[in-house]
Amino acid sequence: MSQTHAKLEKNIGLMAILVAVAVSFGGLAEIVPLMFQAETIKPLPGIKPYPALELAGRDVYIREGCYNCHSQMVRTLRFETERYGHYSLAGESVYDHPFQWGSKRTGPDLARGGLRGYSDDWHRAHLHNPRDVVPESNMPGYPWLADNKLDSAEITQHMRALKRIGDPYSESDIEGAAKAVEGKTELDAVIAYLQGLGTHVSQTDMQAAEGAD
Amino acid sequence: MTSHWTWYVIAIVVLNLVGCVWLLRGNTRRSPTDPKPDETGHVWDGDLTEYNKPLPRWWINLFYITIVFAVAYLLWFGVGSFKGYGHWSSHKEWALDQAAEDARLDDALKLYAGKSIDDLANDPQAVAMGRTIFINRCAACHGSTGHGATGFPDLTDDIWHWGGTPHRILETIQEGRQAVMPAWATTLTAQGGQTAVDDTIAYVLSLSRPDQPKSEAVDRGEKLFGGICVACHGPQGKGNQVVGAPDLSDSYWLYGSSKASLRKTLNEGRQGVMPAWKPVLGDTRTRLVGAYVWTLSPHKVPPPAGAVVAE
Repeated sequence: MSQTHAKLEKNIGLMAILVAVAVSFGGLAEIVPLMFQAETIKPLPGIKPYPALELAGRDVYIREGCYNCHSQMVRTLRFETERYGHYSLAGESVYDHPFQWGSKRTGPDLARGGLRGYSDDWHRAHLHNPRDVVPESNMPGYPWLADNKLDSAEITQHMRALKRIGDPYSESDIEGAAKAVEGKTELDAVIAYLQGLGTHVSQTDMQAAEGAD
Repeated sequence: MTSHWTWYVIAIVVLNLVGCVWLLRGNTRRSPTDPKPDETGHVWDGDLTEYNKPLPRWWINLFYITIVFAVAYLLWFGVGSFKGYGHWSSHKEWALDQAAEDARLDDALKLYAGKSIDDLANDPQAVAMGRTIFINRCAACHGSTGHGATGFPDLTDDIWHWGGTPHRILETIQEGRQAVMPAWATTLTAQGGQTAVDDTIAYVLSLSRPDQPKSEAVDRGEKLFGGICVACHGPQGKGNQVVGAPDLSDSYWLYGSSKASLRKTLNEGRQGVMPAWKPVLGDTRTRLVGAYVWTLSPHKVPPPAGAVVAE
């Protein structure tokens, strides 16, 4: 023992390799199996790749750094489901590249934002200047979203790229993308995305998925 | 999780634990090839010698305790697809918490079940609970004081687009409302020419300013209003609470009284939405929040003569 350990202590290259092996144990046990588990890679019923407009809105969401203040994961805690709705399940995030779970909540969680009943008009007013509707809000305004038109070529390419990594978009989905975002602004897109959050999977399906595991 | 992956996880975990024990034992024992501490010929401070490097006993024992703890933890909470002898899961714990909290809530709410909102408004406890619900759920649109915002009605005045009786307010909260002001600009222009939209705006604005002299535009607008808008907003624009058509002769403008705003209304229509809250909050909590809303409003001034009032 002592001799082998002495060898290790005197050979920094060997030590670095074995440190990497030791550190990777956690990931090998906790992360690697999840890449092959049905409950994490099989979408829940109703979960489909994002339609063109919502996908474009998701890009805007990421570009503007909304994830810095808003998480998208309801935890399995009673007070959290009371406020936000059913806790999140892995099968809901199958087509999220990258996922927006987050861990920082300056603003509320948005995983079930589409179920909150806010109208499109409310979102329009709120994104333009949050204090117009919520005087106490410390969220910044995003007035430029209403002026920026979406780029249909970009969204088509984005969908092609997602298809390449395995999202089941059909050719007609991709060909229809340009028409779906035609004349729309970034504001329309981000509202479509926000209004869709949490609405794609039903409560019953979530409970059924729960029973299965 | 398939048994293949379970064994994979268990193997890594066991390897880790065994590795920890092996490392710990290896480092607490003197190697047989090292010279004995008393053979090196020099001693300091009574017992300090070369090759005398024992790890503190308490530290080693704590390390062994954590290893034992790890084994117990894995047996209780599970590893791989083995669910553990404790049968714990986060969603089971959530369900227990939820059931306990639901029972508490039912207990707190049963006092108020089925009561009308003007009745509940006399109970300070009910109003306080209603206010809390309002702040959580309604304040995003109506404001934390209920004063509303552009496009979202002020609840502290006595103007009610969908009716201000206790029954009607509760219906609005429970079932929601969907306003349907169509985009009339095309129809108006077809009937009254290029100035039609501006004429209609001039007439609508004149309704709340009766003291000002009537221009020709107002007269033209009145004719257009009489042909189209009257169907919902009524003669003299007094409104109709059955369909949520606002009274246009009062001083309250949901979307602002600027000409630009009125032009937008006529060009694009307005589809204000009040969500239905009964599915979210249940019956009793919507009644409590209704009671709070009822206390915000003065209920003094009767609706204008000529208005269609919903009961």
